[in-house]
Amino acid sequence: MHVSILEPAEINYSGPMKILVIEDDREAAEYLEKALEEAGHTAHVAGDGETGFALAESSDYDVMIIDRMLPRRDGLSVIAGLRSRGNTTPVLILSALGEVDDRVTGLRAGGDDYLTKPYAFSELLARIEVLNRRATSRESETVYRIGDLELDRLSHTVRRGAVDITLQPREFRLLEYLMRHAGQVVTRTMLLENVWDYHFDPQTNVIDVHVSRLRGKIEKGFDSPILHTVRGAGYMLKAG
Amino acid sequence: MALRLPAIMKTTAARLSALYLILFTLCAILLVFYMTSLSARMLTTQTMETITEEVQGLAQSYQRGGLPYLVRTIERRARQPGANLYLIADANGRILSGNVESLELGVLSTDGWTDRPFAYQRFGDNNPDRRTADSSTSGAAQPSPPRHKAIALVSRLPNQMIVLVGRDLTEPERFREVVQRALMAALGMMGLGALLIWYFVGRRALKHIDQVSGASRRIMGGDLSGRLPVTGAGDEFDRLSENLNNMLARIQDLNEGLRQVSDNIAHDLKTPLTRLRNRAEAALSSNGTPADYRAALENAIAESDQLIRTFNAILMISRLEAGYSSEPVTKVDLAAAVRDVVELYEPVAEESGVVLEAPVEGAFMVNGNRELIAQALSNIVDNAIKYSLDSTGTPTVKVTLEKGAQEVRLRVADNGQGIPDPVDRERATERFVRLEKSRSQPGSGLGLSLCKAVMKFHHGRLELASADPGLSVTMTFPQSEAGK
Repeated sequence: MHVSILEPAEINYSGPMKILVIEDDREAAEYLEKALEEAGHTAHVAGDGETGFALAESSDYDVMIIDRMLPRRDGLSVIAGLRSRGNTTPVLILSALGEVDDRVTGLRAGGDDYLTKPYAFSELLARIEVLNRRATSRESETVYRIGDLELDRLSHTVRRGAVDITLQPREFRLLEYLMRHAGQVVTRTMLLENVWDYHFDPQTNVIDVHVSRLRGKIEKGFDSPILHTVRGAGYMLKAG
Repeated sequence: MALRLPAIMKTTAARLSALYLILFTLCAILLVFYMTSLSARMLTTQTMETITEEVQGLAQSYQRGGLPYLVRTIERRARQPGANLYLIADANGRILSGNVESLELGVLSTDGWTDRPFAYQRFGDNNPDRRTADSSTSGAAQPSPPRHKAIALVSRLPNQMIVLVGRDLTEPERFREVVQRALMAALGMMGLGALLIWYFVGRRALKHIDQVSGASRRIMGGDLSGRLPVTGAGDEFDRLSENLNNMLARIQDLNEGLRQVSDNIAHDLKTPLTRLRNRAEAALSSNGTPADYRAALENAIAESDQLIRTFNAILMISRLEAGYSSEPVTKVDLAAAVRDVVELYEPVAEESGVVLEAPVEGAFMVNGNRELIAQALSNIVDNAIKYSLDSTGTPTVKVTLEKGAQEVRLRVADNGQGIPDPVDRERATERFVRLEKSRSQPGSGLGLSLCKAVMKFHHGRLELASADPGLSVTMTFPQSEAGK
């Protein structure tokens, strides 16, 4: 079976995003700004919590990336402040604290996703793309359709073209997640977190094996690949 | 030592006892006055009763023998030693008979009891320049002031003559004074005693506190092994010191844990960091193609990722071992955890040709953290799959759960070569220990240490045994109360 491998450069990301980065480490902030702009987005950087809060208040952003520990006003307080004023812009929290409890606190404060430092830029990029699309969420749709692949969330059935595909419950959830984020890069960590609800790093490439098994079921006997591997980043479900 | 009075005054004990001292003194003074006035009043009442009786006697004498008999009786009585005061005067107040030489002005014009003690002078009171009786006709002002005080009952005969019977107050007065002086003296002694006790109590409290602050200053100065003094008296200071000492011991443990983390990080991350640096340097000095540089960079990233993983593992182990991990603890079904992890690893096992079986039914509840348990279990299953590949038969990994009386045992057994040497088995859970055979396998050497730390966090234990053939790893959890 032929596995489709995409280079990150080949991916058509969604339109350019306007991103606010609140990060006090100047070097990290500059790197992030440069990398985001290379990916086609616009990034504004604030070096402390107060400035970041003021920027977030004064302008509309698609996504905000907020470091947890900031001078003058800490990240969680900035997020809570924005949320209490009705600002619903998706927030990705960056933190050096990695325990589950820290993650829970962060999400409870109003963050939408949590990434532990140090991180790979591809991971961050994949996550903010997903956050940006959350506004136009497919959560309410009962049937997902990508090309000739169809997943019914109510009857738990999957078809490709005219062929019924039988999936194990976990495979179904895996495909459901991939289809919900079709056209976006989904990393292994995102799959582990959202499909298995684990936040640790398994030693072996367990996720890859699950994905290739799923790929076997939805691609075997069909002409066009639909579940692509994105080199150095993760996976993407995309028709054609 | 700063044990001067102002310092003592600032202690709570001293302030409280000062307050008590003041209250106590006020009460004592009130008590003294009450006591003395009460005893004086009792004496006065007694005196008045005596006088009343006497007057009744005199009235009988008068009825029996008229005025002469009354005068005689009075004269007789007046001569007795320590006698009462007797006086007969005419309607104008001129003293006719009795043992009173002079009286304060106006006493004789009262009728009945004199309303207050009055001054008088008695015949025979050796007053050298005393005036004659007639010069004091109306008991008028005397040049030499009357020396005694008395109370008296003044009554009138039918012929308007005045009869006065009185009693000297010198003795009751003196008695009152003696009682008052004695009480005041006792009060003074008590006050002094209280002051002394107060001073010593305050000083003792202050001394204790000074010792404690001294010890805490030393501890804050960096000597974490220092402890607060415990006198052995078992008082509140001792209890406080003991509790603070326990707290200090805990802090020291945590500090020790932290120190160990930093030592480990320094020791165990330096090697791969050096390797990373050397490779980067080698790539830089070589005249490679862009593809070579690219490969070197990719290699550096992979190496960094491994470093981060090792770093995270060390941090996690240390946090768990030091016991200050804030990971939430809930009721966790071990059976569900096993099913999830087995499901996660099943494709990998199948791909490597390993049979992964987990005949687990029902629920096995323990108190724990689902994430940590899953992480530890996946580490063990991961290892078991890798090492079962050495098996002479079909590589098999079996995960089982069993309930003991007080505990739940989660066992992962493979049928590989195992670790034959018990000493090696013991060492396998130590940090960074990688047994000879496993050196060819990728890994940081932290997997089993992490599992051990996770089990410590769950108040359980991790045991390695021979599965004959192969290795069996048992995670023993204390059973949750509700799970019984």
